[in-house]
Amino acid sequence: MGQMLAQLWEILSRRIDSFLFGVALTIVGIGLITLFSAADQNLARVSSQLSSLALALALMWIVANIPPQTIARAAVPLYALGVVLLVGVALWGITVNGSRRWLNLGFGRFQPSELMKVALPLMLAWYFQKFEGRINWKDFVLAAALIAVPVYLIKRQPDLGTSLLIAASGFYVLYLAGLSWKVIVGLGAAAVAAGPLVWPQLREYQRERILTFLDPARDPLGAGYHSSQASIALGSGGVVGKGWLNGTQTHLDFLPERHTDFIFAVFGEEFGLIGNAVLLILYLLLIGRGMMITVNASTLFARLIAGAITLMFFTYAFVNMGMVSGILPVVGVPLPLVSYGGTALISLFIGLGILMSVQAHRKLVNN
Amino acid sequence: MGRFLFNSRKRNDGGALGLPEIKNPEREAYFFRRRLTVAGALVALALVGLFVRFFYLQVVQHRHYQTLAETNRIAIVPIVPNRGVIRDRNGLVLAQSYSAYTLEIQPARVKDLEQTIDALAEIVEIQPRDRKRFRKLLDESRNFESLPLRTRLTDVEVARFAVNRYRFPGVEIKARLFRQYPYGEVASHVIGYIGRINDRDLVRIDEWGDRANYKGSDYIGKVGVELSYERELHGTTGVEEVEVDAGGRAVRTLSRIAPASGNDLTLSLDIKLQEVAEAAFGSRRGALVAIDPATGGVLAMVSKPGYDPNLFVDGIDAANWELLNESPDKPLLNRPLRGAYPPGSTIKPFLALSALSSGRRTPAQAISDPGFFQLPGSAHRFRDDKPGGHGTVDMYKSIVASCDTYYYVLASETDIDDTHRFLSQLGFGRKTGIDIEGELPGVLPSREWKRQRFAGKEYRDEHRKWYLGDSISAGIGQGYNTFTPVQLAHAMATIASGGVSYQPHLVQTIRNLGTGALREVAAQPTHTLPLKPEHLAVIRSALVGVGREGTGAVAFAKAAYVSAGKTGTAQVYSLKGEKYVASRIDERLRDHAWYIAYAPADAPRIALAVLVENGGFGAQAAAPIARQVFDYYLVGETKSGPAPAVAVPDTEDQSD
Repeated sequence: MGQMLAQLWEILSRRIDSFLFGVALTIVGIGLITLFSAADQNLARVSSQLSSLALALALMWIVANIPPQTIARAAVPLYALGVVLLVGVALWGITVNGSRRWLNLGFGRFQPSELMKVALPLMLAWYFQKFEGRINWKDFVLAAALIAVPVYLIKRQPDLGTSLLIAASGFYVLYLAGLSWKVIVGLGAAAVAAGPLVWPQLREYQRERILTFLDPARDPLGAGYHSSQASIALGSGGVVGKGWLNGTQTHLDFLPERHTDFIFAVFGEEFGLIGNAVLLILYLLLIGRGMMITVNASTLFARLIAGAITLMFFTYAFVNMGMVSGILPVVGVPLPLVSYGGTALISLFIGLGILMSVQAHRKLVNN
Repeated sequence: MGRFLFNSRKRNDGGALGLPEIKNPEREAYFFRRRLTVAGALVALALVGLFVRFFYLQVVQHRHYQTLAETNRIAIVPIVPNRGVIRDRNGLVLAQSYSAYTLEIQPARVKDLEQTIDALAEIVEIQPRDRKRFRKLLDESRNFESLPLRTRLTDVEVARFAVNRYRFPGVEIKARLFRQYPYGEVASHVIGYIGRINDRDLVRIDEWGDRANYKGSDYIGKVGVELSYERELHGTTGVEEVEVDAGGRAVRTLSRIAPASGNDLTLSLDIKLQEVAEAAFGSRRGALVAIDPATGGVLAMVSKPGYDPNLFVDGIDAANWELLNESPDKPLLNRPLRGAYPPGSTIKPFLALSALSSGRRTPAQAISDPGFFQLPGSAHRFRDDKPGGHGTVDMYKSIVASCDTYYYVLASETDIDDTHRFLSQLGFGRKTGIDIEGELPGVLPSREWKRQRFAGKEYRDEHRKWYLGDSISAGIGQGYNTFTPVQLAHAMATIASGGVSYQPHLVQTIRNLGTGALREVAAQPTHTLPLKPEHLAVIRSALVGVGREGTGAVAFAKAAYVSAGKTGTAQVYSLKGEKYVASRIDERLRDHAWYIAYAPADAPRIALAVLVENGGFGAQAAAPIARQVFDYYLVGETKSGPAPAVAVPDTEDQSD
């Protein structure tokens, strides 16, 4: 009996990176505690998040047990499926609040841009590995096209925030694959220069968000409302916070989207600067571990995908906390592992599963 | 070019197989590490940047934000618009909103609910049913909103609570809008009622893309006109920006966008006529639909028994709900739309018209009725209601005396699909399209219908086949035929208007209070039946004969106008050839009584269908109700109370 349990434990834990897993679960725990407060102590949301977590953990375990070479084989089909679904959204998608982002699957809605978040870096990493050693500038042009197709389709939904994030995930692979610094600097300069050209293309509300971000006093009751209420929540939290379940901004309904995109404001209000520092350190540990796994990875594909996933974790955390604290414009990005929402939780844990797979299978390949 | 785009690395063309056989692993690793180090440095820098921002907000600016959080908060409060008023055709109010004080609790802000409610009970009156309802709301509530404990507080109670308010954090007095239905049970199925928004309603609101407009709204139309005209009645929600203190209470208003009230509806319904019609039913169950043949406007629509819609507005309590939901009389069933009954003999004038139109019969063509009909080669006798038969029967007599044998013969010579085609033009077997929800299409059988109906695996081919016997039963309105009262009223209105079919509708005009604009729900004819006037005249004169010398003569004796009608009796229970004696049969198995009619016969102003469930003969139970309705509508004569059952001599007139 004991032996069987030991065997089971061995099967369950063999591919799991305990450090990465421990840090991730700690962040999830913080998220659940905050969610309980944000939901006015309604356990329904917490238990719904917990059931998503159970599914996410199972998927993480499965992915961690698949060798990276096998994952690489899924890259092309996943990417193709993602593009097809995005075209499907453009043709038959469900429109909510003026954006066409969802497909109706009969039993529920699905947002194909979620799939693209994983599929695009996988595709690019697969591509660079396939032509490893023979890569020249033409490959980067093709890679740029692979990025541009989904980014364009998502931007026209319209979902500017997600399209930029997906562009970033593609860019990370190119960067790690060795895109010339000159091009990177050139692209950056071009982006700044293109600003005035892009401006008229943006939708009214997108422009409004950027203007409000540059000058929150411009419209404190309208577009700036979210941002200024979140700043008040964080600022009034002080060093030690108002205490769990005691955030007045949260509980008097001043914080919008407080279960999802703005959950960090709830956390910062109730746990203060100390809580924020702890959360930052946890993210730093998670990202640091991801980078270690990336460095030790044995194949180009593994390196590229691990690096891109790690940097995406950072990007989500940074963009969300930057948005809540008012140093970035308001875009719809959840705080990784903390915000309420099953789909995001599942994609994040699949990402962690890929990192664990890279880590667990490095020796096999080296031999 | 290549050098420029691609970080200079030694190129190695791999093996002969094109496999990526590496090149210079150390150099590769070096470059990759350098890239990752740069990225790591940027990550660290960004996180430090965030920490600096947090430090700035939470330490340097802490005092500033603390002040903002404690004193100067701006809350955005939705202002619920006034729901539109529903009136009858003469301007009498059928549904209106009024404002009243409610005592509300935000459960999330109250530590011990039970104790708080007990303490509140010392100040304002709180009945056990209030507690029960509150508990039910608590179970169903979303996001722990503010929930009403007591509604309609008196001024004294409001004042008493105001003095004690400090003792009850999380408890508030709010002014809310309530819906009231002055006529109570009268026309309850038509007007419907509103109720608290539930998850299913939210899905509907999302489909309209109207979530923002329902912020602050607690109620939505659930049944009847309140449901089908919800989007007209609701109005546009306003927004108020208010400053609130640390306790979350409004201190002053900063800005306000006024709500726009919902549109007022005027129905074609005449509520006084409706009252007369409902009274005429007495305690009997049944339905009545009266239509203005010139427009399709519904003048009265009765479903008996009804219910008091006011019970539903605050959330119905369990005892009343059980009473309504489990009663064998089914008061919640909208009989005019959802009661599909066999039409019985009321189908005969329409079948006669079909036979004239197709040329299968001339008005003078007569049969000799022995009192039964037999299919060739079959011993089964389809009985006529009159033993011994009606003698020589032409088309006029077949309707006036309601001779079954005439129609058995006709049905045996007519293809069911031809009958189906003609009768569907009159609106049978499909929804009339009336503007409230829940209508059933009924059944107008055809070969195709039977195939579909018995398509299931549990049936065999012989179940799906159409038999001549099926045609014979259908020929007197039994068998597979089921029609709803609104369908029969609509068909009668079509005959009354000379073959022009109008879609029945309840709402006549929609008035926008803001702009004063008045929208007519136009009476557009949907189609005109291709009928020859001389054919129609035959049927109409026979229908007049029913009231003058036929099955309806007793009920319409000495009427001040000439009416046209047809009785009908729908079998609930098959007697298998025995003689039907009402007193020997359990009440709920007795026949349904029909009467369809219009009047005045030469220039019809009203067409109707009356159904009395288990009422026995149409002539006996249903025709007197039609008489009372006509008397009121055409002559202004009011007989209060139920219409008397007419005694029908046990002879010729007993056939329906």
